[in-house]
Amino acid sequence: MATKAQSRLSPLKVVSIIFVIIWVLLASFPFLWTVWGSFKVQGDFFSKADWTNAIFGVQTLEQTGSRFTLDGYYGAWVEEEFWRSVINTSIVVFFTVTISLTIGTLGGYALARSGYKYAFWLLMVALVFRAMPHITLVSGYLLPFFEWNIWGILPTTIIVLVAINQPFTLWMLHSFFLNIPKDMDEAAMVDGCTRFQAFRHVIIPVMWPGVITTGLFSFLLAYNDFTVTRMLLSQENETIIPKIQSFLGSAQVEGNVMFAVAAVVSATVPLFILVMFFQRQIVSGLTAGAVKG
Amino acid sequence: MKHKTFFWFILPTLSAMLLFIALPIVSVAIQSLYIEHEQVLVVTENCGPFGCTEATAVDLEATASLREEQPLGRFNGLDTYTNRAHLAFAEIGESWNTTETWSAFFSEVLDLPFYWALAFTLTYTFVVTPFVLVLGLAIAVAVNNLPKMFKGPTIFVSLLPMIVTPLVGALILFWMVDGDGIIGATLQWITGDPTLSLKATTSLNWVMLIVYGIWSSLPFAFIVFYAGLQTVPSETMEAAMIDGASKWQSMRHVVVPHLMPLVIFISLIQLMDNFRVFEPIISFQAEAHARSLSWIIYNDLIEAGNPLYGSAGASSILTIIGVAFLLVPVLIRTWRDFNSKPV
Repeated sequence: MATKAQSRLSPLKVVSIIFVIIWVLLASFPFLWTVWGSFKVQGDFFSKADWTNAIFGVQTLEQTGSRFTLDGYYGAWVEEEFWRSVINTSIVVFFTVTISLTIGTLGGYALARSGYKYAFWLLMVALVFRAMPHITLVSGYLLPFFEWNIWGILPTTIIVLVAINQPFTLWMLHSFFLNIPKDMDEAAMVDGCTRFQAFRHVIIPVMWPGVITTGLFSFLLAYNDFTVTRMLLSQENETIIPKIQSFLGSAQVEGNVMFAVAAVVSATVPLFILVMFFQRQIVSGLTAGAVKG
Repeated sequence: MKHKTFFWFILPTLSAMLLFIALPIVSVAIQSLYIEHEQVLVVTENCGPFGCTEATAVDLEATASLREEQPLGRFNGLDTYTNRAHLAFAEIGESWNTTETWSAFFSEVLDLPFYWALAFTLTYTFVVTPFVLVLGLAIAVAVNNLPKMFKGPTIFVSLLPMIVTPLVGALILFWMVDGDGIIGATLQWITGDPTLSLKATTSLNWVMLIVYGIWSSLPFAFIVFYAGLQTVPSETMEAAMIDGASKWQSMRHVVVPHLMPLVIFISLIQLMDNFRVFEPIISFQAEAHARSLSWIIYNDLIEAGNPLYGSAGASSILTIIGVAFLLVPVLIRTWRDFNSKPV
């Protein structure tokens, strides 16, 4: 309902527009700056003398003969073999998301359909587990994993990430399943289906929106993880986030900071694409937990 | 749902959580009671032309085999908890007796590694969380006032700081505040002090980390509040306006009470997430000035070749106790709600 009073430019509106503009700049400028700068040489990206160098690439032009250079990307992807970490990350992320959604949907469905008290307490326990700082869990894994000789390999990390993912996945899927009417699967059971058949033939076809949203967050958790992958993977199995961290030490000494900048930009691109295509799902996922209180 | 069916449905996820979340906590508790073996020393006598000298050397083989036999180390009871690196009861007692003023006492306590980390972690948690709540609500209200066509792009841009990997997001800011980076150089130019560095002093480091924390958590609060604003009943708003309430009054008495459950939800998530602050310290290379509880555990574990499991275990248990303190109010509240509900 837009009345005249609302569509006029009131002072309040001006203030809020300015406020939003400031926030949008704060949120986007670091990314734009770094993406632009990753195509320059270090002298431009970190140019004390004149910040406009970073925009026009004065030194980049002197050193490489062009205003844009792919040296940073070449260094990161080829010389430092960043592509290996990308493969490792893809494996870890793919299996973490698939496994945690599979066992999460089963668990979340059961929690949503069980009327008993223990379902509520299981959710509370999951909330407590969600609050555990990951590094405290990691310090519990290290010694046993070394002893059993399963430290450093991808399957171990995948299963750990799946477990750390579960509390959140359960909460989210539980609230999505609550929104699917009980009558649907109960009708199927009256017709003679077992509980699992009802789940398989009635619930699975309608659960995809919730599963996709939850999957996005599982993806983010696995992709963004530093603590677990840094501590549990050997050097040859490193994923991209620990790889970037290990760049920092070596790159700064050798003056190859631009490799790290290029790697950082490369690591951000998938996330950027994700937000672009799934903005609505991410927003609905963030609010799903909130609306339920 | 029948108990038996429920059990089979929940089994995979429950066993994953028990094996990799509950069990590690037990394992950490056990580790914290043990301490690393001392190195096995051998004394050898070297006799040369100028007499004999005794040399003490580490018997590497014996040390290694001892470690192999008992990887946990030797039993140490609660000593790890009370040593200087953790609760440091002896040191605190001594400072209590020797210092005259409160400030002197606190500055001595903050020199102890555990209390220093605790101080940073708590400051970070309890500064970032309220800022995120207030600014998040402000942005949500402001965006809600925008014409429709700007809302989508604003939300898109706003999601970026939250969705980006914490380590990467912090690095991006770290490069910008570098003395040669755009923000760092601009600050030097504004203050006219070419040696100004945000990384040099403790207080500036803390400010930098807290600013990063707010920047990266703000989108979450914003999105949740924004969604909440869409559900404010328009009749109540109109009624308030007819009764002569100003914009500010209806905000204060209608909108904020309506959003109260969301405030609790956001605070809970924020307290949990901020308490484990860790990656930004790595990215900002701020460990000389700011350490968090997670960071000191990490530091014990990356000790090359010889991780300090005992020390890391003790810090972990103390951290978990801290998390428990944060969660107790929430759990009590939920428990009360649950009991008051007719089942």
